[in-house]
Amino acid sequence: MIRDATEIDIKTRGEFARDNYLSEHTVRSWLLTTDHKRIGLLYLGTILIFFLIASVAAALMRIELLTPQPKLVTSETYNKLFTIHGVLMVWFFLIPSIPTVLGNFVLPMMIGARDVAFPRLNLMSWYIFVAGGALALWSLIHGGVDTGWTFYTPYSTTYANSHVISMAAGVFVAGFSTIVTGMNFMVTTHKMRAPGLTWFRLPLFVWSLYATSLIMVLATPVLAITLALISVERFWGVGIFDPKLGGDPVLFQHLFWFYSHPAVYIMILPGMGVISELITCFSRKRIFGYAWVGCASMAIAILGFLVWGHHMFVSSQSVYAGMIFSILSFLVAVPSGIKVFNWTATLRKGAIHFATPMLYALGFIGLFTIGGLTGLFLAALAVDVHVHDTYFVIAHFHYIMVGGMVMAFMGGLHYWWPKISGRLYPEFAGKLAAMITFIGFNLTFFPQFILGYLGQPRRYHVYPPEFQIFHVLSTAGASILGIGYLMPLIYFIWAWRHGRVAGPNPWRATGLEWQTTSPPPKHNFKETPIVTAPPYMYSAEKDVDLNLASI
Amino acid sequence: MDQFRLFPPQASTSSHEVDALFFALTLISLFFMAVIFLPIIFFSVKYRRGSSANRSNPTSGSFWVESGWTLGAVILSLGLFAWGAVVYFRIERRPSNAIDVQVVGKQWMWKIQHAEGKREINELHVPVNRTVALTMTSQDVIHSFFVPAFRVKQDVIPGRYTGEWFKATRTGEYHIFCAQYCGTQHSSMIGRVVVMEPRAYEEWLKSGEPTESIVLAGQRLFHDRGCSGCHAPNSQFHAPLLQGLYRKPVPLSEYLRDSILQPGKQISAGYQNIMPSFAGHLSEEEIMELIAYLKAIGNQPPPSP
Repeated sequence: MIRDATEIDIKTRGEFARDNYLSEHTVRSWLLTTDHKRIGLLYLGTILIFFLIASVAAALMRIELLTPQPKLVTSETYNKLFTIHGVLMVWFFLIPSIPTVLGNFVLPMMIGARDVAFPRLNLMSWYIFVAGGALALWSLIHGGVDTGWTFYTPYSTTYANSHVISMAAGVFVAGFSTIVTGMNFMVTTHKMRAPGLTWFRLPLFVWSLYATSLIMVLATPVLAITLALISVERFWGVGIFDPKLGGDPVLFQHLFWFYSHPAVYIMILPGMGVISELITCFSRKRIFGYAWVGCASMAIAILGFLVWGHHMFVSSQSVYAGMIFSILSFLVAVPSGIKVFNWTATLRKGAIHFATPMLYALGFIGLFTIGGLTGLFLAALAVDVHVHDTYFVIAHFHYIMVGGMVMAFMGGLHYWWPKISGRLYPEFAGKLAAMITFIGFNLTFFPQFILGYLGQPRRYHVYPPEFQIFHVLSTAGASILGIGYLMPLIYFIWAWRHGRVAGPNPWRATGLEWQTTSPPPKHNFKETPIVTAPPYMYSAEKDVDLNLASI
Repeated sequence: MDQFRLFPPQASTSSHEVDALFFALTLISLFFMAVIFLPIIFFSVKYRRGSSANRSNPTSGSFWVESGWTLGAVILSLGLFAWGAVVYFRIERRPSNAIDVQVVGKQWMWKIQHAEGKREINELHVPVNRTVALTMTSQDVIHSFFVPAFRVKQDVIPGRYTGEWFKATRTGEYHIFCAQYCGTQHSSMIGRVVVMEPRAYEEWLKSGEPTESIVLAGQRLFHDRGCSGCHAPNSQFHAPLLQGLYRKPVPLSEYLRDSILQPGKQISAGYQNIMPSFAGHLSEEEIMELIAYLKAIGNQPPPSP
């Protein structure tokens, strides 16, 4: 039952639950766990490794690009660096990030369940993910791949002299982990909701995970087929994509983007869900336009399947097909706009606490808005002809993927950290890191919009000298951004043992996950909660103290 | 070409049209940023925790407000779509009366041939104020012919022909970039367009060694490679005549290309497939020359048998 959140807190503040899901310490208890919370942490550790490798690749590229002529690496190495950066960031960090870490951890708790619907399948999906990651790393260690994360044919099937098949196999295998997780989340949301928790009482994060799962289940098989076809052509010389063998290279792009555009929404929808949780909690307000925000997630998931051709406006696709894809791409921007308007309207008459998660949430709105608006430039056919395959596109999708998704991931991680660890992260350091990340991000990627409109193509190891100043600014920004990411890594590790005890509900939040102790017990709830009210029953008129750590 | 700037040079007719839409989009973006960021800043100050602002009767949604901004966004989207589509339609449709230039991309260079036969590599000389139409193909992977100063870009794809056109409006030198990642030396697959005064261009065309025009080169190939042995009125083989063919309503460059490389793919009604494939025996440039020749004789009436 949802009681008044503040009332519970005052009673239980400051308790660290001794009997919790972390009580067992053996390796076996981790590797054979079926507890969704532990699996969430296994994923967190795994994706952080991939994030670090991919970040190192990005750092090497940014250092190399300080000068127009090559200084640090050869062109071959440079091409492998951007490929590994793209492959690992997309498939081994961004796609799993919020769903498998935060989703796994809080989805069952948010709906008042003891676990996901298929706990063993959940563990299996982590093992599949690790196997896929191992294949990708094997490919990397044996010399890497130089096709770009997009694997465009016939380069990838006939001309590339690198480990394409093993990398494609890694992504192929990891895809099954995505499918299994998506299916698990969908069944969980359908079948495991607590009594009284109707669909329109679900927290918006659950709605966004549901929409994401739908895409995961429907789109990922297409990627699997496409990657399998690449291997078939490359290994056995069956003509599918290479015109010399009678194939069609543009067919590959249709198949690839039929998956990869919806995949962009896999990478942003969960972030949007997190933001709805953060904005309501830290402005102490009910969300403005609940049904519109929830339905917008579903609209994005569905429309997202119909816009793949906007990656192909200059690929020799028919002019009329281009027009259809352009109009649909403009329309898919509308539900994203609706969400941003509703978050803004939610702030009105709130009582806004500028805690770390809120800073990330506001940063998300700012960066996602810029990312979304520059998406309109790319949907506009004539402008896309000019900026397609330039740094403008790079800047645009990093505003969505990093400015959006990573900000949301960091915001969510700070928000649920007290639940995950039972302790608070240092608040001042958190705020500082959030601001450093925001500034560093903008300095890194804003110059790339200008660079792109000037005509700097992407994936260029060598570039004309007049572009240098923008690359220098970008590299400077990237080093600031790096500090913004390292700080939380350090203070989270510190806070795991030494942080101030959080208590069950340091934020006075209304979600069911805050109605249990921190860290939660193995089966989440002592008794199944009963829900009698809509989500986000906050009141801004009553001033509350949040339990924030000093420093 | 190599000076610092914040905005690319506008050197073609299309560049002005694309930039107009770009500026409109920039203004609309600034408007939306104002509409979103100013209230966020305003609310953040006014409703910061502990402020004395009036928080009574908060609203959690309004059908009319939601419908209003949804409808507004849809209408604006459709308007922007239409604008972008109109300009795109013009950029993509090849105008008539253009100077024809053939472009073959390969790892990692641009091979360019003018109708008059003049060849160049990684350079394209064109006259100012004349429409220039490129017919492009690749002999290996996908490339993309990008001239930022003209705001044009088109993928160059093996196994098919794509086109791109521009009308340069300012003399000077401008970058050519390969925009589609094509392998190790991708970033070295660059060059320059040299836009010249018409007279200078004529002189440039005549300079250097005398060259055979593309049509004449095609005609020579037509005889040397034995095409004329069969595709002739008095041939002892039953092969279709090609005079006048190019005017027929089929997508011809692709069709002719396929017919040379995969003769069995489409057979003219009433003929047997007895032609051998020329795949591997003709370079992309030679196929383009043959097609140019067939196009030239496409204006002749088919000879009566």
